[in-house]
Amino acid sequence: MNPQKPLPQATPETEEYWAGLQRGELRIQRCRACNRHYFYPRPFCPHPGCHSRDVEWTTVSGRGKLHSYVIAHRAHPAFQSPYVIAVVALDEGPKMMTNILIDNPTPETLPADAPVEIVYDQVNDKVTLPKFRLV
Amino acid sequence: MPDSRTLRRKVAIVGAAETDTVGHLPSHSTLMLHAESAFNALADAGLTLDDVDGIATAGVSPAQLTEYLGIMPRYVDGTSVGGCSFLIHVSHAVAAIAAGYADVVLVTHGESGRSRVGVGGFGGGASTVGGQFESPFGVFGPPSMFSVPIVHYMKKYGLTEEQLAAVSVSTRQWASLNPRAMMRDPITVDDVLNSRVIAWPLHLLNCCLVTDGGGALVLVSEERAKDFPKPPVWVLGRGESVQHTNISQMWDYAEWTAAAKVTGPEAFHMADVDRSAIDHLMLYDAFSHTPIYAMEALGFTNPGEAGPWFAEMRGAPGGALPVNTNGGGLSYTHTGMYGMFAIQEAVRQLRKEAAGRQINDIETSLVHAPGGWFSATSTLILGNR
Repeated sequence: MNPQKPLPQATPETEEYWAGLQRGELRIQRCRACNRHYFYPRPFCPHPGCHSRDVEWTTVSGRGKLHSYVIAHRAHPAFQSPYVIAVVALDEGPKMMTNILIDNPTPETLPADAPVEIVYDQVNDKVTLPKFRLV
Repeated sequence: MPDSRTLRRKVAIVGAAETDTVGHLPSHSTLMLHAESAFNALADAGLTLDDVDGIATAGVSPAQLTEYLGIMPRYVDGTSVGGCSFLIHVSHAVAAIAAGYADVVLVTHGESGRSRVGVGGFGGGASTVGGQFESPFGVFGPPSMFSVPIVHYMKKYGLTEEQLAAVSVSTRQWASLNPRAMMRDPITVDDVLNSRVIAWPLHLLNCCLVTDGGGALVLVSEERAKDFPKPPVWVLGRGESVQHTNISQMWDYAEWTAAAKVTGPEAFHMADVDRSAIDHLMLYDAFSHTPIYAMEALGFTNPGEAGPWFAEMRGAPGGALPVNTNGGGLSYTHTGMYGMFAIQEAVRQLRKEAAGRQINDIETSLVHAPGGWFSATSTLILGNR
C-alpha cells in the first residue's frame, strides 16, 4: 500500500490562505501598522517591534527567490527521492516552505537566490498546495 | 544556605486576563487562544510583546508559542505536567526574576479542550503549524529540516562541502581517543563526501549517530559543594532561548540569532569572563554545520570564518581550541537529545578524568546546544576553580 502524503488541515486563522490557493491565488497577510507582509497567517503581526492586530489579507505576486533548500535523497515514505525541500523568500518579504518542481535536482541546477514562481498544485478537490518552479 | 523565604514578596503579578470569552470557541485555534490571552494580559499591564523577555507555557511547545508570537525571550519554561503547570510556571518565574534571568515573564495557557481546533501537541497533526506549512512538502526527520539553512549560508559566505566535511574529520580524531565512542576509525574529507547523500548538502558522515543511552547530573549550592567525593564543577554562566519550531520560520539562515543575541551574551555576562578564558568547547554537533554556526554566533570566529577554522583542524587534537573532545554526536554517541553528553564531557574534562584526551591546564569550558533545529538554544559556562 502506498503511504499517503501528509496533507494540511486549515484552522480558522489560515482558512483564507488555503481557500486562496484553491482559487489559484497566493493570499497572505499584511500589517497595516508597519506595512510588512508576514507568513504564516495569524490574527496579528508577528514582526518584533510591531505585533499590531491591524492586519489585512492581500493577494501577492507568487514570485520570489530560492532562499535555501535541501535535496532529499532519503525520502519520506510517501515521496519519491530525490526531491527538493525549499524555502522561498517571496518578493513581498516573508519566507515559506515548498517543493521546487524540477526534473533533475542538483546543486548546479538549483542556484541559491534563483528567481522562482508559484505553481498551484491541486492535490485533490479540497487541497491545493503551493509549489514553485525556477523561471 | 539559600532559603526560599528570601524570595517572599520579591515578585508580583502585574497583568492578568483571560480570553475575551470562554465556553464554546470553534473559531479559535489553540494558538489563537494563547495569543489572545497574552495580548489581553499584556494590555492589562500596559505592556506589549516587545517588553516580554521570559516565556512560560504548557500544552504547546514554548518554541512554537514564541514562533507564533514573534519573540525571542531569554528565559524559557516549558514545564508541562498538566493542569497545575501554570502554578509551577509562577513558582519558577519568581526564582528566575529574582536571579535576573528575566524582567517580564509571560505565562500563557490556551486550550481548545471542547472544539479541538489546531490540537496536535509536539509531534504533528495536520492542523498544527508544521502540519499545514511544512509536513506537506516531505520533511522527514532532522536531516531534512536542520539542514535547510545551509545552502543560504554557503551562498553568503562561500562555505564549501570540504569545509563542512572537515568538522566531521576533526570530531572523529577526538573519537579515536575515546574508548566509548561508537565510531573511532579516522576519516578523511573524501570519506565524508563519498558517503551516501542524505539531504544535500548533508552526507551520511555529516549526520550525527542514532544511539541509546543516558546521563544525569546532581547539583547543590556553594555551601555544600566541597562536601562530595569529586571536585566541584561550578556553573559560572548560563543563557537560554527559544525562537521557532518550524525551520521555515527561523529568522536568519546565516546566523544563529538566539545564540548571538541572547544565550552567548547572557552566559558571558554572568560568568564575567572573556572568550579568551575558554579552554574547551562542546558545541552540540547534530550535523557538521551546527558547530560552525555556534563558533560564529558565540564570537569565537568572525561570521563566515568558522568553516575555514575547522578546515585548518584548529578544533582537532593538537589544535588551538579543542572542540567536541568526546567525539561528539557525530562519532561518540547521539541518543536524540545529546545535550546531556556535551555537559558530561565538559565535567569530565574539568575534573581531569578524560584520560587519553585530557586537555592540560583546563579551567573553563563552554557548552552550547540547540534543541530542535536551531529552535531552542542554550549556553553554559562551567569551571573548576
